[in-house]
Amino acid sequence: MNCTEACLAHFGVGLEDLKKVLATALEKGGDYADLYFEHTFNNAVGLRDGEVNSTSSGIDFGVGVRVLSGDQTGYAYVENTTLDDMLKAARTAARIAQNAPSATVPSFVQKVYSKNYYSIQQSWEDISIKQRIPFVQKLNDSIFAKDERVNKVVVNLSDSSSHIFFVNSEGVMFYDYRPMVSLTANCVMFANGVYENGRAARSFRMGFEFLTDEIVETIAQEAVKETAIMYEAIKPKGGEMPVVLGAGGSGIFLHEAIGHAFEADFNRKGTSIFSDMLHQKICGDFINVVDDGTIPLNRGSVNIDDEGVDGQKTYIVRQGVLSSYLHDRISAKHFNTPSTGNGRRESFRQMPIPRMRATYMENGNASEADMIASVKNGVFVNSFTNGQVQIGAGDFTFFVKSGYLIENGKLTQPIKDINIIGNGPKALADMTMVADNYLMDNGTWTCGKDGQSCPVTCGMPSALIGKLTVGGLS
Amino acid sequence: MNFSLAQGCQSAKVSVYSGSDTEFEIRDRQLDKLQQSSENQMVFYLYVDGRYGSFSTNRMEKNELSKFIANAVESVRFLAPDTYRQLPTPELYYKGGAPDLSLYDSEIDVLPPDEKLQLACDAANEILGTDERILSVQSSYSDGESFSYLVTSNGFEGESAVSYFSLMVSVSVKGEGESRPESFWYDQALSFDDLIKKGIGKVALERTLRKLGQKKASSGSYTMVVDNLNSVRLLSPVLSALSGSALQQKNSFLLDRKGQQVFSNKLTLIDDPHVSHGFGSRYFDNEGVATTKRYVFNKGVLETYFIDTYNALKMEVEPTISAPSHLILECGDRSMEEIIVSVERGILVTGFNGGNSNSSSGDFSFGIEGFLLENGKISQPVSEMNITGNMLRLWNQLSEIGNDPRSNSAYLIPSLRFDNVDFSGL
Repeated sequence: MNCTEACLAHFGVGLEDLKKVLATALEKGGDYADLYFEHTFNNAVGLRDGEVNSTSSGIDFGVGVRVLSGDQTGYAYVENTTLDDMLKAARTAARIAQNAPSATVPSFVQKVYSKNYYSIQQSWEDISIKQRIPFVQKLNDSIFAKDERVNKVVVNLSDSSSHIFFVNSEGVMFYDYRPMVSLTANCVMFANGVYENGRAARSFRMGFEFLTDEIVETIAQEAVKETAIMYEAIKPKGGEMPVVLGAGGSGIFLHEAIGHAFEADFNRKGTSIFSDMLHQKICGDFINVVDDGTIPLNRGSVNIDDEGVDGQKTYIVRQGVLSSYLHDRISAKHFNTPSTGNGRRESFRQMPIPRMRATYMENGNASEADMIASVKNGVFVNSFTNGQVQIGAGDFTFFVKSGYLIENGKLTQPIKDINIIGNGPKALADMTMVADNYLMDNGTWTCGKDGQSCPVTCGMPSALIGKLTVGGLS
Repeated sequence: MNFSLAQGCQSAKVSVYSGSDTEFEIRDRQLDKLQQSSENQMVFYLYVDGRYGSFSTNRMEKNELSKFIANAVESVRFLAPDTYRQLPTPELYYKGGAPDLSLYDSEIDVLPPDEKLQLACDAANEILGTDERILSVQSSYSDGESFSYLVTSNGFEGESAVSYFSLMVSVSVKGEGESRPESFWYDQALSFDDLIKKGIGKVALERTLRKLGQKKASSGSYTMVVDNLNSVRLLSPVLSALSGSALQQKNSFLLDRKGQQVFSNKLTLIDDPHVSHGFGSRYFDNEGVATTKRYVFNKGVLETYFIDTYNALKMEVEPTISAPSHLILECGDRSMEEIIVSVERGILVTGFNGGNSNSSSGDFSFGIEGFLLENGKISQPVSEMNITGNMLRLWNQLSEIGNDPRSNSAYLIPSLRFDNVDFSGL
C-alpha cells in the first residue's frame, strides 16, 4: 500500500488537509512540525488454572501534532482525524513559538525503505482467537509435563499491529506497519512446603508465524529451569567483588550503565555524567557497543523512527572511545550531526525523545572459561528482571534473578534475588575481558523514560568487570 | 451495555473514561515543552455463555462500536468457560447518597495558562543564579482532570471526577570529576489552592547539594531510617502479596497468614477510603463494589486481603475489595530528626535505585543512596549501596514509626526505622 492510500484508508485524510494542518502548526513561526498518525490493534489471550479462559482486545487511534522552535517543543493530540480537531491541536502546539508564520510546506516525498526489518508472513489482524488458543494451551501443558513440582501456570500471548503514517514540514512522508508479539509463562512450583516462582518470555516483531512448537518448547524449558533453580539458590555475602556477566541478558548492564547516559537529550542539557566525554577513550579498546535498529524481526528494530529518520545501526562505543550519542532531531541539530534515528514515542499521545533500540556489545577475543577461572571470589550472573540508573551521578543497578557464586575459579552455588549497583564510567573502565560468545536476549524488555514506555532488547557476550557492589548478607 | 446484552451476553459491564492534561516545562529560563492532551476510552467487560473477555477502544462512533462489540462477543465464544467470572452480587455495590469527596476543583477550567506558566518560572527563579555549582534547573507545572463512569447489567451505575495540580523542580549540579548529582522536589494537590507554590525550588536545590561527596560506606548490618518520601517503597511488596490474584496463584509470601501476627505490633495500617479531599478516596472500586474502612494490619496482625469477585469465587472466600484506596499507617510520636538523634550507627535512606523482590519468598534487594548516621548525627552522604533482606523479617525489625507522613499521596506512610538491616558497599 502506498502512503497516500494508507492515509486515506486508515485515517480518512487527504494530502491537502495535511498541508493545511502543518501550515497552521507553523502559524506562530516554529522551525519544524510533524503529524504522527497511529491506528493500533492489540489482542491478548490468557490461560489461568489450566484453561484458556480470558481474552482482551483494544483499538487505539489518533494523531499527534508537534511543533519545534529551536530546542523547544509544543505538542497536542486528538483521537479523531476531522480537519477541525486536527487544526485545533495544531494551534495549541503552535503556541511554543512566538513569531510570524513560517515558510510554506513543500510537496511530500514518500520514504522508500531499502529494507523492511519486520516483514511478516501472516498479519495478526487476519488471525482468529481460535488459531491462537492451541499454542497457549500447549505451553501450559508442556510446563506441567516437565516437572512434577509445578503447581500453577499462567500464560499470556499478546500481539499488536500498528499502522503508522507520518508527514512533516520538510516534505518527509512515510507509512510503516509495525507488528509485535510476546509470549510469556509464569510458573509456580511447590516442594517440601516451599513455593517458588519463575518466568520465561520471548518477543519479536513477527506475525502469526512466530507461534511454533519450537518457541513453545523453548519457553517451557526456560520457565521450568528458572523456577527450579530457586530451590538450590542462596544469597551471597554482599560487598564489592568481580562480576562475570553471562552472555545474553547481561545486556541490561549496557542499557543501564551507559545506554541512558548516552541518550543525547541528557547530554545536550548537560545532565549526563558523559556530557563532556564525547570522543574520549572511556574503556578498553577491545570494547565495541552498538545501538541497532536493523536486526531482522527484533523487538527493538525500527524501519524508520518516529521522526522520519531511517532505522540504522549506531556505534556508541568504538574501540573504547565514546563515538556517538543517541540522537533525536532536536539533539542532532544541537550537536550539528545527523540524527541517528533514535527518536521514538510510545504512541501518538507523546512527543518523540531519544530512546534505545537493540543495545549490545560485539564479540571480544577472550573465553568465558578463562574469565571464570580468573576469579577467586565473585559472582556469575545471567538472569535478570529489571534495572535503573541515575544518569547524573552515573549510578546504575540491575536485579539478578539467578546466577552462581564463583569460588576459586569455579562456578559453585546458585544465587538468587540480589541487586547489583555500580557507577557507569567506572564499571566500563573496569571491564577487563570480553568473550566471543555474543547472544541477543529476545525477552519482553520494556524501557521507561519520562513517563513513556518503549520496546527494546539487549545483548552481550560474556564479560568480566573487576568490581561491582553485589547485594547480599553481611 | 444494552447492545452487548442484545448481542448475546448474559451480563456486561461498561466503563467510560475521559481526561485531559496540560503541562508546561521550563529549562534554564526558557519554555522547553508545552503539551496539551485530551482523551477518551470505553472498556467493555463481556460475559458470554459462561465465558469472559474485556475490550477497549477510543473509536466512539456508533457504527464502529457496534461492529467492535459484535466481533468481541464472537471471539469470547471460542474460550473455555470460566464459571468464576461473574459480576459482583448487587448487595455489595455502592448505593449512592454519600457526601461529595471534594476530589474535583472546577478552578482547573478557568485558570489562565499564563498563570500556570508563571508558577513554573517562579519556582525555577527561586534558585537560578544563586549557586555557581548549578548546571541546570528544570521546573514543570502540570494539571489535569479525569472523569469516569461505570454501569453494570445487574444494577450498578456510578461516576467520579478527579482533578490534580502539580509543581516540580529538578536540579543538576557539578559534582566530583564528571559526576552531575541530581535531585528534585515537588508538590501535588487535588485543588489549586492547596498546591504549595513557593519554596519548591529551594528544597530541590538543598536536596541536590547535600548529595555532593557521596561515597560508598562499608558493608555491614546497620540501623536503617527511611524518609517519608521513600518509606512506601518498602510497603509495596507487602501490598502486592495481599492481592487476591497473587494469593490464588500461590504466589505470595503472605499466603495462609490471615489472622496471624506476621509483623511488628507497632504496625497498624488502615485503608480509609472516604477521607474528604484525600488522594485515592473513592466510594466504589473498579467493580462498583462499595469501599469501607478496613484494618489491613492491626498491631501487626494481618486482617485484610484485597480479593475481588473473581478470585474470591476461585478461592471460596468472601470478597473484600479489589485494591486499597487511601492508606494510613498509624504514626508514632517523633519526627525523623528526633529519631535520628537516637541512632548510634545507621544509614538514612533518601532514595532507592532499582532492585526488586521475590513474590513467593518476600526476599528483596534494592539499590540505595542516603547518609551515614553516627552517634545521632548525619555524617557522610552515601550512595552505590544495596540493602538485601526479606520482607517478613524486615517488618518485624520495625523499631519506630515517625509522625511525618506527607499529605500529598494516597499512601500516607511516615518515616520509618528498622534494626539490623544488611547493607552492602565496600
